Amino acid sequence: MQTAPYDQVSKGPIDYIMMDFLAEVTMSIMQKQKKRNPELGYAKDLVPLVEHILPTCMEKDIKIITNGGGVNPAGCRDAIFKWARKKGIKNLRIGVVLGDDILDQLHALNAKGIALNNMETGEGLDSVREKVMSANVYFGAWPIVDALNKGAQIIITGRTTDTGLTLAPMIHEFGWKQDDWDKIAAGTVAGHILECGGQASGGNFSADWRAVPDIAHIGFPIAEAYPNAEIVITKHENTGGLVSLQTVKEQLLYEIGNPSNYITPDCVADFTTIQLEEVGKNRIKMFGVKGKVATDSYKVSMSYLDGYTAIGTLTYAWPDALDKAKAADQILRTRLADLGLKFDEIRSEFMGYDSCHGPLSVMPGEINEVVLRFGVRGHDHAAVERFGKELAPLILTGPPAVTGFAGGRPKPSEVIAYWPALMPKSAVKPVVEVAEV
Amino acid sequence: MKRAMRIKLLDIAHARSGDKGDTGNVGVIARKREYYPLLTKYLTVDRVKKHFEGIALGKVERFDMPNLWAINFLLHEALGGGGTKSLKNDAQGKTLSSAMLRMELDIDERITL
Repeated sequence: MQTAPYDQVSKGPIDYIMMDFLAEVTMSIMQKQKKRNPELGYAKDLVPLVEHILPTCMEKDIKIITNGGGVNPAGCRDAIFKWARKKGIKNLRIGVVLGDDILDQLHALNAKGIALNNMETGEGLDSVREKVMSANVYFGAWPIVDALNKGAQIIITGRTTDTGLTLAPMIHEFGWKQDDWDKIAAGTVAGHILECGGQASGGNFSADWRAVPDIAHIGFPIAEAYPNAEIVITKHENTGGLVSLQTVKEQLLYEIGNPSNYITPDCVADFTTIQLEEVGKNRIKMFGVKGKVATDSYKVSMSYLDGYTAIGTLTYAWPDALDKAKAADQILRTRLADLGLKFDEIRSEFMGYDSCHGPLSVMPGEINEVVLRFGVRGHDHAAVERFGKELAPLILTGPPAVTGFAGGRPKPSEVIAYWPALMPKSAVKPVVEVAEV
Repeated sequence: MKRAMRIKLLDIAHARSGDKGDTGNVGVIARKREYYPLLTKYLTVDRVKKHFEGIALGKVERFDMPNLWAINFLLHEALGGGGTKSLKNDAQGKTLSSAMLRMELDIDERITL
């Protein structure tokens, strides 16, 4: 069980807790689960997590907002209701946001002239349409605001931007308008800061990682928002971690493109206008954020099967660890070629030497051990599987002092390719349902 | 002309990196306000492209963020296809930040570290 959500609701005052569950590949996995069992297709961890924190949340009137509904937010709601009835919990209102899942509308949308071309490559959807495993529109904050206005204690969405989860309660509390672009942008930036666990409160902190106190008990970041859109980033007292100008700056730079145009369904935020000021211990005030009018498109995220990979490792010990690993790499490549196996890519890396920094890596004087990490990718499942059988024999038929094959044969994993597209906002409507047990 | 100092980028900056598909982003932040002009002067697109030769196969883009004493770099085609396609150990580009900070700079200025 994750302890962070319980810490957030129990170790200090908050009014809302946001939980982002969806990586790019998650939706395709959830579609598969739903195909096998129509009641599933949401983040399985979410239900026990809600069970754990809900009593505290109801007592303190903390609202829970999450996109863990995946491709079945209603199923997720029903699972929570089922548990609540068993526990005799009364007056629990759950809102769901539906309508983001357009998997069964792709033909209809194309027929209406909505092309859904790949927004990075320009390719037409025709080339992959029959292979698409999931297709979801990114909704923003407004459907959640609707559910909050209807008194929901828990809001479960499908594909919603992580920034929307954080922005929504600010709009709801302060009555911000759709075209309060600067305020909407400020709430969006706060969402970006909160979106990645402890990455704004001392996690993955490059400036001075040793200076982060008690990181074992790291407090996750909290946004303390004010009606004028000034927002203080902080964390609960008596938790570990660090909220400083440097930790917040690092998170602001995380996974952004052009900082002047941070595009969400709710606005276009300008990260070059963000002002930060330290206003207390573990308290960073953010102000001055400028926003621009939202675009008239939603982003759509689709996934499709695009081949297989398999990756295996072997560990070579001193002496000549790197030389032996490199020899093993060549032997393996020769044997795969002899077998006539065709791959789209073969890649070997030498962990302990160059798997992170590649050609920038500096050769150490003497290396105690090195891990050969060998991977193949291709569209022929049988070939990728066959590769898995070639790794173990290297222990007996290759260079000496090799180990680390306890994990067994590398098995093929699916390559879930990602197809980003745009569609007009007018072509899809979010649906908000609020129900009570 | 003899340069005044040789420094490691690590001495004057910190960084965070991540992925968007096959593109890695590297945010470089000056440790002190007075170091920021060094970043804008020496971390040219060409210099960064050369540093990541063999890693970033596509173009390099640079976006200045003086409000945060920072520069955001986009390294295109740097993640072996990105996502589940990539065979790289660091398919998400999490360590591109520290790879950036390895850079050594010969600077005209004398600074105290």
